[in-house]
Amino acid sequence: MTINTKKVMKNAWRITKDRNLTCLRLRVPGGHLPVKLLPLVQEIAERFGNGEVHLTTRQGLEIPAIPFEYMKEINALLEPFLEELEVNIGVLLEQPAQGYPAAGTRNVVACIGNKVCTNAVFDTTALAKDIEKIIYPNNPHVKIAVTGCPNDCVKVHMHDIGIIGQVEPLYDAQRCINCQACVKNCAKVSTGALSIVNYKVKRDASRCIGCGECVLKCPTGAWTRGGQYYRVVVMGRTGKKNPRLAAPFLEWAEREAVLRLCNNLYDYIDKHIDRSLPKEHVGYILDRTGYPVFREEMLKGVELGPKAKTANYLDFSGYTYDKKCLFD
Amino acid sequence: MGYRFTAAAFNQLLESLREKYRVYAPTLLKGKGKFSDTDLVGYAEISKIEDVVFNQKSYFSPKETFYPVTQRLFYFNENGFSEAVVDEKGMIVFLRACDIQAVERLDKIMLENGLSADYYYERLRNKLKLIVMDCQESFDSCFCVSMGTNKTENYSASVRLENGVYLSDVQEDIEGLFAFHGETIEVSPKFVESNKQSVKVPENLVLESVAANPIWEEYGSRCIACGRCTVVCPSCSCYTMQDIFYDDNPKCGERRRVWASCQIDGFTDMAGGHSFRRNNGERMRFKVMHKIKDFKQRFGVHMCVGCGRCDNACPEYISLAHCIDRLGKEEAGNRG
Repeated sequence: MTINTKKVMKNAWRITKDRNLTCLRLRVPGGHLPVKLLPLVQEIAERFGNGEVHLTTRQGLEIPAIPFEYMKEINALLEPFLEELEVNIGVLLEQPAQGYPAAGTRNVVACIGNKVCTNAVFDTTALAKDIEKIIYPNNPHVKIAVTGCPNDCVKVHMHDIGIIGQVEPLYDAQRCINCQACVKNCAKVSTGALSIVNYKVKRDASRCIGCGECVLKCPTGAWTRGGQYYRVVVMGRTGKKNPRLAAPFLEWAEREAVLRLCNNLYDYIDKHIDRSLPKEHVGYILDRTGYPVFREEMLKGVELGPKAKTANYLDFSGYTYDKKCLFD
Repeated sequence: MGYRFTAAAFNQLLESLREKYRVYAPTLLKGKGKFSDTDLVGYAEISKIEDVVFNQKSYFSPKETFYPVTQRLFYFNENGFSEAVVDEKGMIVFLRACDIQAVERLDKIMLENGLSADYYYERLRNKLKLIVMDCQESFDSCFCVSMGTNKTENYSASVRLENGVYLSDVQEDIEGLFAFHGETIEVSPKFVESNKQSVKVPENLVLESVAANPIWEEYGSRCIACGRCTVVCPSCSCYTMQDIFYDDNPKCGERRRVWASCQIDGFTDMAGGHSFRRNNGERMRFKVMHKIKDFKQRFGVHMCVGCGRCDNACPEYISLAHCIDRLGKEEAGNRG
């Protein structure tokens, strides 16, 4: 058997434990899948695989145990899947009947967002799809995630770019009855940005993270939702060297800025990547270039909007697996 | 006398009315819902009839228009005080039959309870004209028929949207403007005769027995004492006072009155730190008994008008209607 593993993997097929079998990876940008596509998944799994499908950690589907010889046939069958989930949202695919043209840039994941969740401050899937449109197809190994509020159920802090919705709370003092539900709750579950002054609420904008908890707790509608913004955390990672949480990079950024930023990431990678390696993860590129270069290139041509703030430094946490440092 | 208006004619009527009145109605407040990307039907000043939401119940009640959440009463300094000036204009409020009955409940508490009328309430109340919005169908959670509040004759005019035109029965023509802008036609307002749910308010409840009923423990475990039920209620009237001393000149300040809620911490706080009804179930019992027993004992009518807004607002899905029915069944053997 002869196959070009690099071409196969780029086409979203895996090299697996079983030398004769591959596994198909399906992207589901934003994690929301029209069920009309499920019969196709079932058909492929039953006709070519072992009748099973794996739900991936990145909200995609993997159909395992497919003999390599069926790749071409299945790629053609997949066309409606790619049309619906990629082409229809604006992703440019030259030959959707030939399967996925790239696999390095991973599926953009999103929490369920305000389609369902009461905490979510925006439609996460919609933003994930807009990001997919900008970053796919692309080869660099990049992981992006979108979450509806700082609870971060989708773990954007483990991603190269993590986007967290923020809402600017608006306060109408006239409607406030000083029940202090917002103040107590903000102190308990969020950042303690609210205090009572003269029986009305004062918000410390420098502490507020735009979670919207005050709006949820307010019985009178004194707190309502104002502008929609995003907090961006960057360069979180797992892996064998130095796992770490993503660090806050921007807050109160506007939607356009977020999209532009995702685009700029690829220019930054292209400029600085170590081409002697088979692949280099962008977080390690940042470790080499330093934050000032990253910041400058990420923000090139980006209109952040009047409320946005940029981090002075990247406040990483994390640890190293280097056992000489950790253990005796 | 009845009148028929095209939308254009009604808008001319509104324009004329707005010279001397602020006109408030339930409108769609875009993006003002609690959850993201949701709207809220609430009261706001309107300039055209198309802004009025007829096919939904407002989340907040109309009481905020003439009994403000925060009302400045007077300003003071070391020499004396001056009363806060009220808007010169009158107020016209679009509301439902049950809401009008609730205004009558507020009137009883604010104007007829005790030796003198509440001056600050009265001076706004006297500016108020009521326009009843016909109820052509009952909304979810309404139980006005059970409370006998589904009808009213206490209005200046009625209004309903029917086949693209607005029909009004006018009891008291405001400045003769309805007659001026409308086309005479026979109109009688439509009120619902049945709701999707009915409630049987128990009579002759024995307080000691009610207080000992374990349902309050169960409700206490569910209720979070947020006060939404009282805030959205058209007949809840409790308030507290706030005296503010200005930061940069503490010799000057203002007194304002602000809505309060028997469900929220602090309502019964007394000098020395004592307070009643610390438990959420006790607070709910207090409210329920006020709505369906104590008020009637004093004024002859139930305080609850069956609008169901408390059911819609409760984040813990506690239904007052269900509670009333359940209480009646459980206390059936304990009547005085």
